[in-house]
Amino acid sequence: MTRDEIKDVILEIIEDIDEDAEFDGLDADKPLRDQLDLDSMDFLDIVMELRKRYQLQIPEEEYPELATLNSCVNYLEPKLKEA
Amino acid sequence: MSALPDSSRIVITGVGLTAPGGANSLAEFRKRVIAGQSGISTLDLRYMETSPAGVCDFPETKYRKKKENKRGTRAGCISVYCACEALADAGVDFSEYDRARTGVYIGLTEHGTVETENEVYNIKQFDYNVDYWTHHHNPRTVLNNPAGEITMKLGITGPHYSVGAACAAGNAALIQGSQMLRLDEVDFALCGGISECTGSFGIFASFRAQGALAEHADPTRASRPFDRDRNGIVISEGGCVFTLERLDKALARGAKIYGEIVGHAMNSDARDFVLPYGPRQTECMQMALDRAGMSAADISIINTHATGTKQGDIEECRAIRELFANCPETRINNTKSIIGHAMGAAGVLELAANLPSFTDHMVHPTINLDTLDPDCELPGLVAGKAEQLAQVDTILNNSFGMVGINSVVIVKRFVAK
Repeated sequence: MTRDEIKDVILEIIEDIDEDAEFDGLDADKPLRDQLDLDSMDFLDIVMELRKRYQLQIPEEEYPELATLNSCVNYLEPKLKEA
Repeated sequence: MSALPDSSRIVITGVGLTAPGGANSLAEFRKRVIAGQSGISTLDLRYMETSPAGVCDFPETKYRKKKENKRGTRAGCISVYCACEALADAGVDFSEYDRARTGVYIGLTEHGTVETENEVYNIKQFDYNVDYWTHHHNPRTVLNNPAGEITMKLGITGPHYSVGAACAAGNAALIQGSQMLRLDEVDFALCGGISECTGSFGIFASFRAQGALAEHADPTRASRPFDRDRNGIVISEGGCVFTLERLDKALARGAKIYGEIVGHAMNSDARDFVLPYGPRQTECMQMALDRAGMSAADISIINTHATGTKQGDIEECRAIRELFANCPETRINNTKSIIGHAMGAAGVLELAANLPSFTDHMVHPTINLDTLDPDCELPGLVAGKAEQLAQVDTILNNSFGMVGINSVVIVKRFVAK
């Protein structure tokens, strides 16, 4: 998957959690949590959805890698290279 | 009871509800029950063939965002809607009551069944690998969930919990709220009952296995308590929440008063997992009458629990005849014939269906009673169409449940002194 495709997947998962989520003006380098209505349970939803879609097992100590949209893409790019 | 000081008298001042068939306020609900208009349709459920069922259709995003509804449970969604509607109806915005002195008591027949079934179905897609089991399972299935979702929505910091009492749960929660007000544990209470049972194939399948799931080609005719051809229960979802206050405070703020809770009782059969027991039901009704300082003849309307099972209906009729044989003025009706069995919500929804009788003096009918079962013959049974009375002063509301639990609540038309 390309970086853009990974970004789209993340936004699609977030939209599934909160269909009222507003992505206009989203800063890809700032924490998603500060810009969207997301809490720790929602991040676990993102982790679960990645597991379901790509059989990705993300260890708990690596959850902080999912903080911003760009950090998500950086973290997932090597893992989803073949996806 | 009227000898009690106003600070010990408990009154109902607000009603919020959603009933099967799209009745989402007391006025809509009353209109339907008076007309005897069934709220039952059909439901296709995982693993089950099409079954008659009572399904609600209410504005789910009136008080919460879609995201919040998705996070919580169906029971929580129904609870929040009913609680917010009850508050609005009562005209309470917490300028008159402290949120820390407000209690939330919600009656449930069961909870967690729907979520657990859904999650097992989910991990089946992953060969039962529990890595795919949701982290939402525990917060959704803790028994206080529906009451807790109300407190989160409304910022209520007083006590909240569920009252698990099978199909007597709605009444049990109402009793709990009354007692907490009398004990001065809280100043304001949101009490009611909720059912999300239509989301569980297991509840349908279990009643069917027991030979107690209603079947009929026309779903609106499937719920038929007291009828010779009744063949079981119609499962419904729904909810009803009442606001309860002490009379002195309710009067001081000029609240509208629907009725006064003057008597209640609960007891146990101590006999059987599923079969009800009339003699204990009689004792329960007698105890509620005693506490209300009333005799059977003082009751204007008995709202029966009867669910449409063979033995259950007969047991209750026997229990009622025992006490009310010589009460020609007393009228008897059944709300489940119209909305099915709303389980944890049944007691409170059925009380709500009858509360307006204090002002319109009508008794809503029992419907689908084509051929009365001779064993269910009751003097004063109102069937087919509503009956107009000169005056309705008291409602006795029966709610019984599995594992032998009985509850009775008596509500009186409000008279100041």
